[in-house]
Amino acid sequence: MPTTPHQRSAIISVLVENEAGILARVIGLFTGRGYNIDSLTVAPVDPAANHSRINIVTSGTDMVIEQIKSQLDRLVQVYRVADLSMQGPHVARELALIKMVCKGADRVEALRLAEAFRASVIDATLESFVFEMTGSTGKLDAFIDLMRGLGLAEVSRTGVAAIARGTTTI
Amino acid sequence: MSQNPAATPAPDQPAGAEILLRALKEQGVEVIFGYPGGAVLPIYDAIFNQNAIRHILVRHEQAAVHAAEGYARSTGKVGVVLVTSGPGATNAVTGLVDALMDSIPIVCLTGQVPTHLIGNDAFQEADTTGITRPASKHNYLVKRSEDLARVVHEAFYVARAGRPGPVVIDLPKDILIGPAPYTPAATTPHRSYRPQIEPDASQIAKAVALLKSAKRPVIYTGGGVINAGPAASTALRALVRKTGFPCTSTLMGLGAYPAGDPLFLGMLGMHGTYEANWAMHDCDVMLNIGARFDDRVTGRLNAFSPGSRKIHIDIDSSSINKNVPVEIPVVADAGRAIEAILAAWDTDPAEIDRPAITAWWRQIDAWRGIDCLRFTQDMTKGAIIKPQYAVQRLYDITRELQKKTFITTEVGQHQMWAAQYFGFDAPNRWMTSGGLGTMGYGLPAAMGVQVAHPDALVIDIAGEASILMNIQEMSTLSQYRLPVKVFILNNQYMGMVRQWQELLHGARYSESYTAALPDFVKLADSFHGVGLRAKSVDELDDVIREMISLDRTVIADICVDEKENCFPMIPSGAPHNEMILGPEHGTSLQIGGAKSLTDEGLALV
Ligand SMILES: Cc1ncc(C[n+]2csc(CCOP(=O)(O)OP(=O)(O)O)c2C)c(N)n1
Ligand SMILES: [Mg+2]
Repeated sequence: MPTTPHQRSAIISVLVENEAGILARVIGLFTGRGYNIDSLTVAPVDPAANHSRINIVTSGTDMVIEQIKSQLDRLVQVYRVADLSMQGPHVARELALIKMVCKGADRVEALRLAEAFRASVIDATLESFVFEMTGSTGKLDAFIDLMRGLGLAEVSRTGVAAIARGTTTI
Repeated sequence: MSQNPAATPAPDQPAGAEILLRALKEQGVEVIFGYPGGAVLPIYDAIFNQNAIRHILVRHEQAAVHAAEGYARSTGKVGVVLVTSGPGATNAVTGLVDALMDSIPIVCLTGQVPTHLIGNDAFQEADTTGITRPASKHNYLVKRSEDLARVVHEAFYVARAGRPGPVVIDLPKDILIGPAPYTPAATTPHRSYRPQIEPDASQIAKAVALLKSAKRPVIYTGGGVINAGPAASTALRALVRKTGFPCTSTLMGLGAYPAGDPLFLGMLGMHGTYEANWAMHDCDVMLNIGARFDDRVTGRLNAFSPGSRKIHIDIDSSSINKNVPVEIPVVADAGRAIEAILAAWDTDPAEIDRPAITAWWRQIDAWRGIDCLRFTQDMTKGAIIKPQYAVQRLYDITRELQKKTFITTEVGQHQMWAAQYFGFDAPNRWMTSGGLGTMGYGLPAAMGVQVAHPDALVIDIAGEASILMNIQEMSTLSQYRLPVKVFILNNQYMGMVRQWQELLHGARYSESYTAALPDFVKLADSFHGVGLRAKSVDELDDVIREMISLDRTVIADICVDEKENCFPMIPSGAPHNEMILGPEHGTSLQIGGAKSLTDEGLALV
């Protein structure tokens, strides 16, 4: 009986030399080889050493995810690659800015939910406000879903940043 | 220590172009294959003023890269290419991808518009680093003079380290003109790129234990053994002889193990031998050394060697478990890994299963008995030449003359016949476009080989269609008096296309016949070479002997049977045990020969 290979989600962190072209190479690798990118973040993490960190949320079979890691690892500007989801316990967080345009009962309800979800108001007018919220992708998704019926106008999300728990480093 | 006092630009320093040449000299570069243009004129000026580096002026930038590939593959050195911005760079792209697919170390210098014009759609501007990113192992755009020398040194390291490949350095004109500091090559390891060379001892121990337990083993070798240098081929020979295990090779690996040796099963894959493919299918332990389970080798993946336990040695971990899951991965240089296996073999107390291996060889000999490469050449005067016979005679005569011979090919049936009927006994003597399958590769590659080996016999076994793709290089050959021999198996057709049409598309020969071919004898003449022709079997030997005896560029137009097909053949998407044999074996060329060829198979290349 043919078994469909099990797909799993993975958070891959890559420590790279902060050089022109590295992000294009990483993205080109994913598009060129048909891998999924669910989210991608990149920022310098050690300016003195000229290191940046890229976090990629992807999905695939174990074999594909191993491939992604090896393909990343052989790029010249890559120092280290870690599959945080396989390596052990880790924390993964995302930040979202959520713009609401609403009045009256909707406004009250949105603010009440925001408090329950620990979203903070970082901008407000009489007709609008902007929530800032940090959390797991699932928590953000749930909150944004709730906001849809209450005047959700716009969302801006960072994508996932992740790190291993405990003393382990990349 | 790595801090260099001259690491900042100062007005009294030499121009960037001079610094570039100095770095190339430090890297041991002797030859550049190139073509000038506005953006690289400062480099050409610097070349003009020196004698240490020779420049070979090609007639098309694609050919410059293939020539550098031929040079690299026949010497083990890095091949160097120099082209101008815009069209110079875009013309080089096919060559770069070819080198990427076949893991050939190349450094390609491309001109670029001055830094302040980048992004302005300036004349002959192209986004070269953007275009070549997926076409190269790595690339650089040098934006600061102080980076120039370091980048050049690093590019050579990256091109040859680990799995070799092409590296592009894009050089804006102002960087070439302005003063630049010199920095010698770093003596410290690279910051981030440090491929693993030495195998893990515990993996080697596991591999040896598995190999010793084998009842039906096979050793499957690839281009990685060639890339690992002659020592790897020597180690491979020692391993095969010590174990007595059968050995087969991919197209790219031919020559690593001597073709004439009884332990060698010939090439495997789509046009591989019956015995090699059956041994792969039926083996219980497979040792893959420096090959990548390419689709040309595996056929249909879910039917590939279903009962075997697999060991895979590769310097590139991304080649392991990519197509075929393996039990024992070994990330290492092929030569070092084989040497480690040899050393561990003697310390491991287990004995191999001699009776089982003997029985396995009996089975292999039965497959061999089919004689899958058999063909019949009519020897009566005036009879048409079989292409297989032409290659076989070429091989026999070069062997009889004991010439140091290098063979390149174009792409098509002639390429496969060359692989099947020319016996390679040494590494680095066989250059072919395996991964990309680039028609037009063979002539410029032969040029690069001949530049590196001026006294050797260098032959491009060609098809009449492919040869036209870089025929302009005849002009380069005559300029530098490079006595390359072009041996055209002229079947008037894009034979490999015609064969697929016959087999898979109801014999509708759509656009695979080239009308109005040139007269290759006159063509050779017009390029200051010598043209010869063999129209029938009785003329063949004389033409071959004359071709070899001439110290000139020669085109030998060998008129061969138009209808001949290349066998054995495993159609795309079929499993190994559904190989089609040729008419000699009573199989008619019917699609029914491959039972499980599906629409899905038809979609494959
Ligand atoms: C640049 C390029 N274009 C197209 C092809 C597809 N192709 C593969 S073999 C072949 C025919 C080659 O004909 P010829 O050189 O006469 O060789 P033959 O097969 O007849 O020996 C073609 C068109 C290719 N491999 N490369
Ligand atoms: Mg032809």
